Amino acid sequence: MKQGEIHRPNAREASGEFFQRDRRIHPPAYTPNYKTSVGRSPRYALLSLQNSLSEVTGPTFGHSDLGPLDNDLILNYAQDGEPVGERIIVHGRVLDETGRGVPGTLVEFWQANAGGRYRHKKDMYLAPIDPNFGGCGRTLTDENGYYYFRTVKPGAYPWRNWVNNWRPAHIHFSVFGPGFVQRLITQMYFEGDPLIPHCPILASIPDAEALEGLIAPLDLNAAVPLDSLAYKFDIVLRGRRSTLFENRLEGN
Amino acid sequence: MPQPLNYLKETASQTAGPYVHIGLAPGAAGFKIFEQELGTDIAGPNAEGERIRVEGTVFDGAGAPVKDVLIEVWQANAAGIYPSPADLRADQVEEGFRGWGRIISDFDTGLFSFDTVKPGGIAGRNSRRMAPHLNLWIVARGINIGLNTRMYFDDEAEANAKDPVLNLIEQANRRGTLIATREMRDGKPVYRFDIRLQGEGETVFLDI
Repeated sequence: MKQGEIHRPNAREASGEFFQRDRRIHPPAYTPNYKTSVGRSPRYALLSLQNSLSEVTGPTFGHSDLGPLDNDLILNYAQDGEPVGERIIVHGRVLDETGRGVPGTLVEFWQANAGGRYRHKKDMYLAPIDPNFGGCGRTLTDENGYYYFRTVKPGAYPWRNWVNNWRPAHIHFSVFGPGFVQRLITQMYFEGDPLIPHCPILASIPDAEALEGLIAPLDLNAAVPLDSLAYKFDIVLRGRRSTLFENRLEGN
Repeated sequence: MPQPLNYLKETASQTAGPYVHIGLAPGAAGFKIFEQELGTDIAGPNAEGERIRVEGTVFDGAGAPVKDVLIEVWQANAAGIYPSPADLRADQVEEGFRGWGRIISDFDTGLFSFDTVKPGGIAGRNSRRMAPHLNLWIVARGINIGLNTRMYFDDEAEANAKDPVLNLIEQANRRGTLIATREMRDGKPVYRFDIRLQGEGETVFLDI
């Protein structure tokens, strides 16, 4: 098997069961103000399972999976110059619910350019493509769960939901963690954006604290003077028990 | 007041949106940026076991194909071992077997397909063996939090009948929504697995 270069917990530490997901803080499947959810939400209740080996395991990634510029969106698609827009650094830690950093885990991110246009063949918004901006990147967290990347701040963009809906500036995040049941996709928003309270996708989150947890504060301490501003975004994945009692996961 | 527990809360999920391909499969979005995209080869050339193809379509509540869906697969090898530090036998997994893949549907038809090897049965909780299965995670525009399900194999009827997860589904007539149908095409086994997000024949989704 392919192993990452970063230290991973041993099998005993890594095989504990995950805390159940608190679905009261996540958006439910059916959120009719976000119209596409109406036809794409299950009507039956989910079937709850206790963790087995299928749930506590998950894929691993190593530095050999990545390229040297994968976490630098200023340079990773530069053709004849650098992208236009507000230069920023996004950084933070991937933690679990016990507060421990999640080391060596894959974090992927994608976004529109400074004008709100995505480099995607299905995006027909009239704002132009930036020839020097791809809009995606990825990185592995370090031994403390820390990650960072450099990019330009994305613009707001309109979408066909209500007649006049605009997404706040946001960056999409995809995070793994050691167990496949920790798999999470979310979106990061920017402190102070006046579109935030108007967005039906953000409003799909029923818990005010959970919603605020997606808003990255400006972090002047991490800004690079005369170069880039910075925003801090920590991501919390499900925690896991470290002790197993009478219910053994494996048949031995 | 008792002591505070001080657990953090999980970060809330948000939809992957219609342009999920930019980040997770940029080639499909229409541009090349990474030296290698991840998740394109689940089993690798050294994997033992039967080579299979899985095909299907994800349907919405109106019965229309979902053409912008992204599915991730997580599976054991033919011996029923996961290539993960949490599996005590992980060092026995073949070199190059990732067990994980990322699949997107065709933008025009909604059909998805992938090649892998058929997994073995897996040690379940409390000595109950689980039938061979793939773990699937489904994200798309309109899906606020990724949907988990499992795909089982219709030529494993005996193992499926004893599977602890299939047997948890109270309405026995819904168990079949997790079982893929085998056919042979050009001498190669192809399993058909359609996923219905809502309505008649709704697939069983899991809270895991």
